[in-house]
Amino acid sequence: MSGQLRSHSLPLAALLALAAAPFLGFGDGFALSLLARAMILGMAAVSLSLLIGGAGLVSLGHAAMMGVGAYTVVAFDAAGVSEGVIVFPAAIAAAALFAFVTGAVSLRTSGVHFIMITLAFGQMAFFTASSFSSLGGDDGYTLYARTEWLGTRILDSRLTFHFLCLALLALVWLGCSLLLASRFGRVLRAAKENPQRAQAVGFQPYPYRLVAYTLAGAVSGLAGALLANASEFVSPALLSWTRSGELMFMVILGGVGPLSGAILGALTIVLLEEWLSHLLVYWRLVFGPLLVLSVLFLHGGLIGVIPRTRAALRLLPWTRRNANA
Amino acid sequence: MPDEPLLELNGLCKSFGALAVTSDLSLTVRPGEIHAIIGPNGAGKTTLIHQISGTLRPDRGTIRFVGRDVTALPFERRARLGLARSFQITSVVPGFTALDNVALAVQARGGSSFRFLRPVSGETALNDEARAALDTVGLGRVANTPAGALSHGEKRQLELAIAIAMNPRLLLLDEPLAGAGPEETERLVGILRDLRRRYGILLVEHDMQAVFALADRISVLVYGRVIVTGTVDEIRSHPEVRTAYLGEDALA
Amino acid sequence: MSMLLVQALNGLQFGVLLFLVAAGLSLVFGVMDLINLAHGVQYMLGAYVAATLGVWTGSFWLGALLALPVALLVGLALEWLVFRHLYRRDHLSQVLATFGVILTVEEATRALWGSAPQTVLEPMALTGGPLGGVEIVSGLLYPTYRLIIIGVGVVVPLLLWFLVERTRAGMLVRAGATHPAMVAALGVDIRRLFTVVFAFGAMLAGFAGALASPIFPVAPGMGDTVLILCFVVIVIGGVGSIRGAFIAALLVGLLDTIGRAMLPDALRLVLDPSAARQTGAALASMLVYIAMAGILFFRPAGLFPGARA
Repeated sequence: MSGQLRSHSLPLAALLALAAAPFLGFGDGFALSLLARAMILGMAAVSLSLLIGGAGLVSLGHAAMMGVGAYTVVAFDAAGVSEGVIVFPAAIAAAALFAFVTGAVSLRTSGVHFIMITLAFGQMAFFTASSFSSLGGDDGYTLYARTEWLGTRILDSRLTFHFLCLALLALVWLGCSLLLASRFGRVLRAAKENPQRAQAVGFQPYPYRLVAYTLAGAVSGLAGALLANASEFVSPALLSWTRSGELMFMVILGGVGPLSGAILGALTIVLLEEWLSHLLVYWRLVFGPLLVLSVLFLHGGLIGVIPRTRAALRLLPWTRRNANA
Repeated sequence: MPDEPLLELNGLCKSFGALAVTSDLSLTVRPGEIHAIIGPNGAGKTTLIHQISGTLRPDRGTIRFVGRDVTALPFERRARLGLARSFQITSVVPGFTALDNVALAVQARGGSSFRFLRPVSGETALNDEARAALDTVGLGRVANTPAGALSHGEKRQLELAIAIAMNPRLLLLDEPLAGAGPEETERLVGILRDLRRRYGILLVEHDMQAVFALADRISVLVYGRVIVTGTVDEIRSHPEVRTAYLGEDALA
Repeated sequence: MSMLLVQALNGLQFGVLLFLVAAGLSLVFGVMDLINLAHGVQYMLGAYVAATLGVWTGSFWLGALLALPVALLVGLALEWLVFRHLYRRDHLSQVLATFGVILTVEEATRALWGSAPQTVLEPMALTGGPLGGVEIVSGLLYPTYRLIIIGVGVVVPLLLWFLVERTRAGMLVRAGATHPAMVAALGVDIRRLFTVVFAFGAMLAGFAGALASPIFPVAPGMGDTVLILCFVVIVIGGVGSIRGAFIAALLVGLLDTIGRAMLPDALRLVLDPSAARQTGAALASMLVYIAMAGILFFRPAGLFPGARA
């Protein structure tokens, strides 16, 4: 147990810091909306990490699922419905359905095919969103109001929204971690590492992968609905494939193995982007090379930095003497 | 009906282009017997295993297993019916512990695996069964070692443990001794000897000493067809086998 | 009817451009097992360089010609800097690193040329007579320049076919795609082969960009759209198959172009105009992907399954 605690120490610290942030001088509207964004993208990144790290499914169309969630909120808003009890389940269900249908086709392939097809489906969603002129088309759609809960405008408080996102992020992390440790997760992981072995004992990977893909879609749908509320604005850019690439970067930067890496990755990237874009006009000239360098050199991601550093320290002569003493 | 065969191949044919790798092949495995298949390289042994396990579809012929026609069933469905296969090149899940590898097989035959929130490490019944299978092959002490870190011989044993944990009717063993050292071979032969009678075993093996020590019946496969099936003694003395298999030896 | 003919020609011409980009992408993937998202960047650079040099030299054709060596050099530089370190890495790392290259190069383009689209005049458009347009049916002129692009689509595939099937280098490429270890063991410098294939693919994409510059808006994101459609082309055609890429590219080009032009009008027969416009546009943009899904459902490895899955 203590070992588990240690391996999760970094993400737990991050969650605690997020809980404390509003009271440590980050309580203004700007900081809170930035953190909310980071947490929401963190949820989507955790669900993508479940696919990549847990099931070995490298999806490059994950932003589309978020987009379906967000556009469900938009569609209800345009129809004059903003009751969360209706809107949120609908957004989650719509994204799950989208994931189920596209997954049913994509999962018939594997490897590079899968990457290309998920990307293609993501792009399909993007163009579809741009072509609905009644929902703003290319220009996007500004929400009339944030989603209500049983008629109360509870989400309008930035602080409440902050803690709601934090709680949901923790819940998503916990849920996905449990999922990977369950019977279902074991089949998924076995099929990733050695599909032949999984089949030899009697498991056909396809249905397990499809369920995982659908669940990840549902989580991303939730993230999308929250994101629509956070910015009160939705545009097709939310579904663009660069957004999918960014989510993937979050997962890899944080570290593929443990799901908590995705949370670290999301926080790091959202804050880094924000900082760089304040510093420079053409900030991607720095961000892009950073991405390339981190892929080439940072094996195991941020989450692996602590154990690696500790291992490196152990090799130094003076620490070794201390350890012996 | 004790005499009804566990596995029955009938007129199996498979060609790759013009090359017939299995031609009009028929054989049976009875409950509780070790039926070994021997033959020179290129005789089509591995292709046959693929067809029996369901990773390759025969062009013609039928495969009956536990009394039903499984010719059209995929690999994993046959596995669920009780057909456990080991691989010529060891196939375990390297990132799982030895115990998890076996528990995966136990899980496959007991209860739904669409259970999402209960950590599987807490399922004692499941893990106990897995541990018992590990003990059967003598791997109890490395239960918590990642399978990828086991020695070659231990991985071989682990594959057997996985097969046993499936609670199968028939073990389909594709060269289980390949690449094992003399001591490991001795241990594996010992394990196989203990397993006989509990399962039907179809054994493809190059190690003749082991085959002659273990098999109840032997089929000799040459160019995709069975040239003879018989007991160990019958095979030893069969002239055609001596020519096909022992080559110059028989001419001398 | 003549409307349909014009759209079909436009579709063919789009298909040819897609093929030029997809061929390089497919070769690079087939030979090096590298999934290169940044291939679209070469297309974009080809267009920008052709646009700029065309203005400098005062001749579109000179600009387009000069775009070839520039695309080649940029491709070589990127290969040396980034891609060669990715050949042994998993597809996930390849996707991400090449994604990083896209972000960087597109941002650099924005910094150099600005975000607004560049305009390139269609060559020969203002000339009268047969150089300006060809009368395809009575009373309907189709721009000669666009017919030239379609002509390129006949010449380049033939050239590629000759290179791959009839030359020593092509033989190595084919062998390298199926048995890389064997080819290396036979003493072929597989690294150099990779570099050559890569550079060639980059040049083809740059050429496509240069040809496209008068027709499509020259803007920083132009490579992405084409890249993703090229993935669709490769998936439909079968990874590593040039023939498959050619057929699939024409298919995608035609479907996309004709769908966009015709669907909204066609739907007007059953829906009211505003609904028809929206649904038609949405459906048209989905058409290619639906076709892809349909083809994959029946043939998961594409129409012409290539050497590598």
